[in-house]
Amino acid sequence: MSEVLLETRAICKRFGALQASKDVGLTLRAGEIHALIGPNGAGKSTLIAQISGALAPDSGSVIFEGRDVTRLPTPARARMGLARTFQISALAMEFTVLQNVVLGALGARGRVYRFFGNVMRDKVLLERAEVALEQVGLSEFRNFFTGELSHGQRRQLEVAVALTLQPKVFVMDEPMAGLGAEGSHRLTGFLDGLRQRAPILLVEHDMDAVFALADRISVLVYGEVVATGTADEIRANPLVREAYLGEGGAA
Amino acid sequence: MRLETILNLLIPAILLATALIASAMDAPYIITLATRAAILALAAVGLNFALGLGGLVSLGHAAFFGIGGYAMGILAFHAQTYAPLWGVIEGTRSMPVIWIVAVIASAFAALVIGALSLRTSGVYFIMITLAFGQMLFYFAISWPAYGGEDGLSIYIRNDFPGVNTLVPINFFLICFALLAAVMVLFDRLTKSPFGLALQAGRQNPARAEAVGLTPYRLRLVAFVISGAITGLAGALFADLNRFISPGMLSWQMSGELIVLIVLGGLARLSGPVAGAMLFVMLEYVLEGLSTYWHIYLGAILLGVVLFARGGLIGLVAGREVAHE
Repeated sequence: MSEVLLETRAICKRFGALQASKDVGLTLRAGEIHALIGPNGAGKSTLIAQISGALAPDSGSVIFEGRDVTRLPTPARARMGLARTFQISALAMEFTVLQNVVLGALGARGRVYRFFGNVMRDKVLLERAEVALEQVGLSEFRNFFTGELSHGQRRQLEVAVALTLQPKVFVMDEPMAGLGAEGSHRLTGFLDGLRQRAPILLVEHDMDAVFALADRISVLVYGEVVATGTADEIRANPLVREAYLGEGGAA
Repeated sequence: MRLETILNLLIPAILLATALIASAMDAPYIITLATRAAILALAAVGLNFALGLGGLVSLGHAAFFGIGGYAMGILAFHAQTYAPLWGVIEGTRSMPVIWIVAVIASAFAALVIGALSLRTSGVYFIMITLAFGQMLFYFAISWPAYGGEDGLSIYIRNDFPGVNTLVPINFFLICFALLAAVMVLFDRLTKSPFGLALQAGRQNPARAEAVGLTPYRLRLVAFVISGAITGLAGALFADLNRFISPGMLSWQMSGELIVLIVLGGLARLSGPVAGAMLFVMLEYVLEGLSTYWHIYLGAILLGVVLFARGGLIGLVAGREVAHE
């Protein structure tokens, strides 16, 4: 089996009476797309927040590339190569599209505390940024202000910024949300190829995309992983059918 | 050339021309007003680093303005009384030395105040910077050695090597040169890697963190640069008036600096300069009409906030062009 790049070990998180994460153990291996599904309120976003560093677990640990990163803040994890996309687009809205991707390239390169020199003329950063825009199909919008983009284009830009980080793993929180059939289909094709570069932990509601893409699927219910397996195994799992897919079968 | 670039050159040029014409026509009072505008503009460009680029609404920048002022006052006071500070540090009447002391002292104060204040955000940040400002204000009031509440007069303007600073236009040119230098610095910094990162942190801290940046550190650096420049302006302001008082540290002063920036254009290079020129002009024109001239200023400010969010610069030049 290929190398485990990202792992959560027995993560627990409680908000008052609500157990948002309960002994969550997940692994993400090189070359795979591991989808995380579950009904609304199952604790998917809470888990993503703990993996990316925005939220500290009550107990348990996050292991990235063999190193315990549970106590590392978000920026440090990002610099180690953990790229996260947000469920609700988190972009610099007053920047242009190009500035947003250059920002990603800058964060990945480091040497941020340079007070002179025009960052928008830095050839290395620009090239990395343009390549990322090209890959998600946003090149022609490079000079648009981000606030002027459509919802779907912002989702694409989220992915482009993650690409500029040239990360070791991607953690994507509902990248297809609100994309529409055509956009969703295109992004599915793109993510399919992306796993070769870095594995993806994918939270997604679009079941067609999940079953088409995922090498493995984990099902989260009430903060707990009730099943992990291939698409076929998950489809066949009676626990999953009951808890998530519904007795009828199709989601 | 872009409209905004033209404005960035034109606005300081108008200030310079005003002073030069006033000098040619032998109108020293106008030169003093132009000098006042240049110094307030310098202080506001300083604040614009934190407020405009970093989104840090500091209601305590008068602290740095005042620290710069008191740096000048204390050094010049010990020079004019020939009594060394603590028996060891000789005073000085040299402007460059005073500036260096003012910049270092206010940068250090900004480092301490910023390191603590930047752990909060929003309204709490405004309140904590205000609290630090008020602390220094009341300290100055209750510190009798340098005049306390009454302030402290310095009898002769300080020296600059090779320049007779008592000639009004000469002192204006010194202030103007510093303003121009800081504007160049602001322009470079806005476009730099640091500027991009800082502005990203203002717009969306979560995004900045997700690409590996630490907004706290970026903001602290911006706050220190900001405080240092406002401190430099404070030293010049003290030299202009040949007088320092706790008033320089008052929170009204902090508010005034914010008003200058909002009037001219937040985060815009020449915004604070346009704002300061307009402010001094209004002060001059309206003060003649009524003691309560601030009412008119308030009305104008209201108009700008409601109808011209980009300030004067935004009104004329529209949205800033980020790159080709």
